[in-house]
Amino acid sequence: MVGLGVPTALALSACSSSGPSQTGAGGGTGGSGKGGTSYWFLTGQPQQGIREDTVNRFNKANAKTQIKFTEFQNDAFKQKIKTAIGAGQGPTLIWGWGGGGLKSYVDADQVVEMTSFFDENPDVKDKIFPSAFGAATVNGKLYAMPIETTTPIVFYWNKKLFDQIGAEPPQSWGDILDLVPKFNAKGIAPFSLGGQSRWTSMMWLEFLFDRIGGPEVFQNIFDGQADAWKQPAALKALAETQKLVNADGFVKGFSSITADSNADQALLYTGKAAMMVHGAWTYGSMKADGGDFVTGGDLGYMNFPPVDGGSGDPDDTVGNPGQYVSISSKASKEQQDVAKKFLATTMLDDTEVKKWIDSGNIPVVKSAGDQLSSVTDKNDAAWLSFVYDTASKAPTFAQSWDQALPPTAAETLLDNIAKLFQLSISPDQFADNMNKVTAT
Amino acid sequence: MTSVEQRPLTALTSSHVGRSGSVAWMTLPALAVFVLFGLLPLLGVLGLSFTRWDGLGAIHAAGASNWRTVLSDPGLPHALWVTFLVMLLSWAVQTPAALLLGVFMAGHQRYRALLAVFYFIPLLLSSAAIAITYKALLDPNFGLGAGLHLSLLTQDWLGRPALALGVIVFVVSWQFIPFHSLIYQGAVRQIPASMYEAAALDGAGRVRTFFYITLPQLKYTVITSSTLMVVGSLTFFDLIFVLTAGGPGDATRVLALDMYIRGFQANLMGPASVIAVILVLVGLALALLLRRLGGSTTASQMEGA
Repeated sequence: MVGLGVPTALALSACSSSGPSQTGAGGGTGGSGKGGTSYWFLTGQPQQGIREDTVNRFNKANAKTQIKFTEFQNDAFKQKIKTAIGAGQGPTLIWGWGGGGLKSYVDADQVVEMTSFFDENPDVKDKIFPSAFGAATVNGKLYAMPIETTTPIVFYWNKKLFDQIGAEPPQSWGDILDLVPKFNAKGIAPFSLGGQSRWTSMMWLEFLFDRIGGPEVFQNIFDGQADAWKQPAALKALAETQKLVNADGFVKGFSSITADSNADQALLYTGKAAMMVHGAWTYGSMKADGGDFVTGGDLGYMNFPPVDGGSGDPDDTVGNPGQYVSISSKASKEQQDVAKKFLATTMLDDTEVKKWIDSGNIPVVKSAGDQLSSVTDKNDAAWLSFVYDTASKAPTFAQSWDQALPPTAAETLLDNIAKLFQLSISPDQFADNMNKVTAT
Repeated sequence: MTSVEQRPLTALTSSHVGRSGSVAWMTLPALAVFVLFGLLPLLGVLGLSFTRWDGLGAIHAAGASNWRTVLSDPGLPHALWVTFLVMLLSWAVQTPAALLLGVFMAGHQRYRALLAVFYFIPLLLSSAAIAITYKALLDPNFGLGAGLHLSLLTQDWLGRPALALGVIVFVVSWQFIPFHSLIYQGAVRQIPASMYEAAALDGAGRVRTFFYITLPQLKYTVITSSTLMVVGSLTFFDLIFVLTAGGPGDATRVLALDMYIRGFQANLMGPASVIAVILVLVGLALALLLRRLGGSTTASQMEGA
């Protein structure tokens, strides 16, 4: 049975990955077979290459204890990892987003508590942003190590298109609504959106909820308050979203565009759409795929603007405070030890941190701020200090809702968000549907 | 003619019945595979439908609560309706097209073999590959319409409920018409040439021959092919999952997709199992209904010939 799950997974990842195929010991040539330590993570450059490199460096330095990695596309990964873990076929190192997903692993006793690991390796705990540990904590205990990058959601725009219609970047929600007809009149889509992925549309709600009513609005929902989705600020945010949809604020066909294919980013850098609300991780891919769009200085970015009359702090941000890796409790002692050694010695080491910064990302380590001055590329330097400031100065850095909520509620949320953007349900219906699953 | 044909047939049947005791063991391999991979999982799903399980932790008994939740969920009639719509529409498109193509390919026209090869190409591709290709071609911003600047093709194909359903029916038909044409081609070739000769002697034209000889002779093939289409359409998953993921909203969320989303995205294995059981029941009912429609399978097709 052990053999069954793994080849399928390998074959699938080979199909979906457009980047370099598995290298070095990644192909399972380490002779470790099914007893080896395994690590599953996501495809998509430049992150994929850095993840591979970290594992390969560990394997080179530890000839006897090889880690075998398998790569998956984002949406495929979310389901595959759950199924594999449930069937006892999961990897030793479980990559994830923390929050509600991690809690479901903890509730099922599938991951080991890592408090003792951090006690034994205080320098590891010390080097990571304290704010990143929130989503790694379940019932007051640590079950994951924050890794990789801190990625707030950012408001991007195409400077060329703004010059073309002689407009300034919006300073408020009202400005955004005013810009929509101006771009539409020129045959340019105001906003790009990969709506079929649904979490892309969710980012709009996250910002509007915060800007209109502050972080308490979602906190109340998260805490399981009855009727929390019917808070006036929540209903107003839902109505404003539909106002933007009704005004043709999003690109034609947005509900059939997926984020996995990066088609939403392509709309922005090919000049078909003027603005986009998306994760900070898209900077790297737009730089890689967008020709001279980023290097030529045509990409504008800022934090999401305030809503007139809203009570939220415009410095707040939402997104992923970090990515997370946990150790499977079903792995053997040997596998767990290799995994811990990997996390303590190679994960987030200086080489990896530098690679994250070079790729235009802020890693979850405190030293990231000091290293920014060494970035020579003018565009990258400006971008990195913007992300660093946004993440470190935000009074509230809220975790993405679909990661914070338990998986069942998250699925209902995404389902209803798709319908809200499709205008097939009203804000009231949305709130009713959601109250049923989040109230405790 | 009739009596000559029928005697050996009945003789064969009776000899089979007589020897069935000694050859019953021949069904064992198939039976074992069916029990192991068909019946047991089915019983497992039936059992799971009465439990609460998130796919990760322990399984808890939940009584009939999953059934109550699913049966009172407005999502269920919607998913059933979409499933039947896809089933009916794709049947209505595929059957006439496959029938005509099959009859054509069974003939002896020039270039027939060459054309037949082209018809079969879609059959060689996997559903996921077809879905990815169509998704790219139909993209309103980077697809075929946008590339060729044809406004007729630049629709929001997968973003409007009615259009998305139409696209799914079209792609399903495009994929499966070759398969059903193949079935019809084989069946048409088995129609005795003497029937056509007799019809020709009576002065019947092409159209009359088609409606009075070919079509009645294909009755059982139509039923077989329709059963495959109808029962097969219940399990359409990969194509729809890649093309629309059930969207926009839930406009193309068929039962199979609803089951997957509940089970593997929302971690609700219990309700997903309820839907799986419903799928099995609907499939069985439809297959039985189609057999009924076909009448007794033992009746001879050669009567009157």
